[in-house]
Amino acid sequence: MSAGPSLRGAKRRSNPAGVGSRSGLLRFARNDGLAVIALTLAAPAFAQSALPPSRYAYSQLENPRQEAQAKALMETLRCLVCQGQSIADSDADMAGDMRALVRERIAAGEKPEAIRSWLIDRYGAWVSYRPTVEPITWPLWAAPLVLVALGLFLARGRFRRKAR
Amino acid sequence: MRKLLLWLPLAVFLVFVITVAIGLRKPPDTEIRSTMIGKLMPDFALRPAVANHPPLTAQDLRSGKPRLVNVFASWCVPCKAEAPQLMALKRRGVPIDGVAIRDRSEDVAAFLAEYGDPFERIGADPASRVQFALGSSGVPETFVVDGKGVIRHQHIGDIRPENVDEIVAAYEAAR
Repeated sequence: MSAGPSLRGAKRRSNPAGVGSRSGLLRFARNDGLAVIALTLAAPAFAQSALPPSRYAYSQLENPRQEAQAKALMETLRCLVCQGQSIADSDADMAGDMRALVRERIAAGEKPEAIRSWLIDRYGAWVSYRPTVEPITWPLWAAPLVLVALGLFLARGRFRRKAR
Repeated sequence: MRKLLLWLPLAVFLVFVITVAIGLRKPPDTEIRSTMIGKLMPDFALRPAVANHPPLTAQDLRSGKPRLVNVFASWCVPCKAEAPQLMALKRRGVPIDGVAIRDRSEDVAAFLAEYGDPFERIGADPASRVQFALGSSGVPETFVVDGKGVIRHQHIGDIRPENVDEIVAAYEAAR
């Protein structure tokens, strides 16, 4: 899921997962076996920051209640470079920095939904995995109700026929 | 009426299949555009990324004249590819400031020495905070900021030779 969309972007932009360098390598390594070896060896060496990860990228908050809040929020925020993953699942540098941002703000007492809207204000609703309630998503929210109503209506007809 | 109703599920299914088929044929759009265009540059004060350039603050971008803000990194391969275009923009009189994402001072200095130095000010963004505040989703990205500090244009990805004119046009439009 994540490799598909990011391949195209990687042609132009640096991808911390090293995907861009892979397509280049493939051109040179004609032999499949060689290519596989080259991929495993070379991918991490490209396009990664030399700086160590942010403090809260890979460490939990000391307060378990806050960490639980942060975790729940991170699982519903999209990683911007990998796009098919949440920031909780991604090892990209940028996702690590975003986790650090989320944890620091939660530790500072900010509400998870305030952090979500701060990000949506910058990246649009796509950055959040939780669908927002707006005209374009109304059908999405209405669909389950409509389908249940339709099912009840059909069932009602069935039962009536049986009773007869 | 009843007969028509019988065909309804199939019709719905066909609409679904056609929608999916069209969606699958379209190449995926993986660009996440910033929604900060037309908004004021968020406040920030970055430390200098290298010793021989002044640091960058949001205040520097409200100087009364438009500027380019290039979000880059020495570890980013496309940033090397766009370096000649940034130099060309500089030669055409476009002032450029840099935000170095997750970078070490010595790496930035080596990068500028090798690929050219189009920057006036360079701020270090070691935890990508300014990048998030800008709504930037990767490196490189280039923003045109007008004299009041309002973001006017975003270029996602490396600036190719064919993009130089459009960046200059966006810069002129921000005057």
